[in-house]
Amino acid sequence: MDELINKRINEVLKGNQDSFEEIVLLFQNRLYHVCYRMLGSREEAQDIAQEAFVRAYSNLHTFDQKRKFSTWIFRIATNLCIDRIRKKKPDYSLDAQVPGTEGLDMYSQIAAAEDLPEEEVERMETQERVQYEIGRLPEKYRSVITLRYMEELPLQEIADILDLPLGTVKTRVHRGREALRKQIGTM
Amino acid sequence: MTNCPNEVVQYMHEYLDGEIAPEQEQVLNEHLATCEECQMLFDELSEAVALLELADPMQAPVGFAEGVMTRLPQSTQQKKKTGVNRWLRKHPMLSAAALFLILMSAALFSSYNTNEQFSVTMQPNLVIEGDTVVVPAGEVIKGDLVVKNGDLRIEGQVDGNVTVIRGEKYMASTAVVTGNIEEIDELFDWLWYKMKTAFKGLTPDKTENQDTE
Repeated sequence: MDELINKRINEVLKGNQDSFEEIVLLFQNRLYHVCYRMLGSREEAQDIAQEAFVRAYSNLHTFDQKRKFSTWIFRIATNLCIDRIRKKKPDYSLDAQVPGTEGLDMYSQIAAAEDLPEEEVERMETQERVQYEIGRLPEKYRSVITLRYMEELPLQEIADILDLPLGTVKTRVHRGREALRKQIGTM
Repeated sequence: MTNCPNEVVQYMHEYLDGEIAPEQEQVLNEHLATCEECQMLFDELSEAVALLELADPMQAPVGFAEGVMTRLPQSTQQKKKTGVNRWLRKHPMLSAAALFLILMSAALFSSYNTNEQFSVTMQPNLVIEGDTVVVPAGEVIKGDLVVKNGDLRIEGQVDGNVTVIRGEKYMASTAVVTGNIEEIDELFDWLWYKMKTAFKGLTPDKTENQDTE
């Protein structure tokens, strides 16, 4: 696998753009899946996953062929997803009071926007429910949980992708599971 | 759970990570068998994992790869390495013209700057007084006359074109010039003049170049 990919990479580097399409086809499903789980929107997942491939193409000469291409492309994609998630966050203070309300701050506004009523969650189909629960995880747990459970990647590979120490990844997986347990438990 | 060993929760996670050592797994199992609270916690964690494992894998939408290909920057890679070569290969005519102009202008500029000596097309009946070339009254010069970095005084007749480059031209009332008279003292005029004369000689060469491309 790695040998085949490196062969294609070298063809692209020699100026054969078409070889890049073969690389895209090899990874598109996994990359799209990770982006979808992290962003929760098909349009955004497609946009970000495609952007990840474009960035990979533009920086292909910097890729170290002794390493795994999948780790590299997943790193580009998760970084783009994390940037996108952070941009979506409001940049005003969460503690600020919402004008015209009494005792309502932005926390309650966000909670109201993200947490659905119990009956509605119970009516969800399984797939919808899975995505709903992943989407409610804080971003730093969402990325490790996605890579661990959607892609079933080893912890060490997740550490390589996210450029984090192995211990940090383990802690985040544990806390992510704990957060999920609480989310489901409150239902 | 308050009097449960601290490491039990850690063992649960290690178990769920598939990284638990056999002896620790035994400790965990023994504890769970006796502690209802920890058993419940463990079940809930396993349930959370089970929910995640229900997630279906997803396929990229149709046309995903084509979408990537259309979004690629127009051959960034090639531009860095062989952009010039590619351009040259794509536009042989323009390349030939550009190369020609570059070489020509280099030659022209250098000759404009360095060739400051006084010179003149030698014709038998010309008289040279210092930096001034004189066509004496009553004499007839057959052919073109070019004076560089010097003045020209015409009192007689020139059967041909007269060109004065960076110099003054005086025409006496008796002067007759049958061809064109040109005075050149600006760089642009100089270039234009050089190109006109060069093209006259080089045009056949240039078409040959283009044919071979």
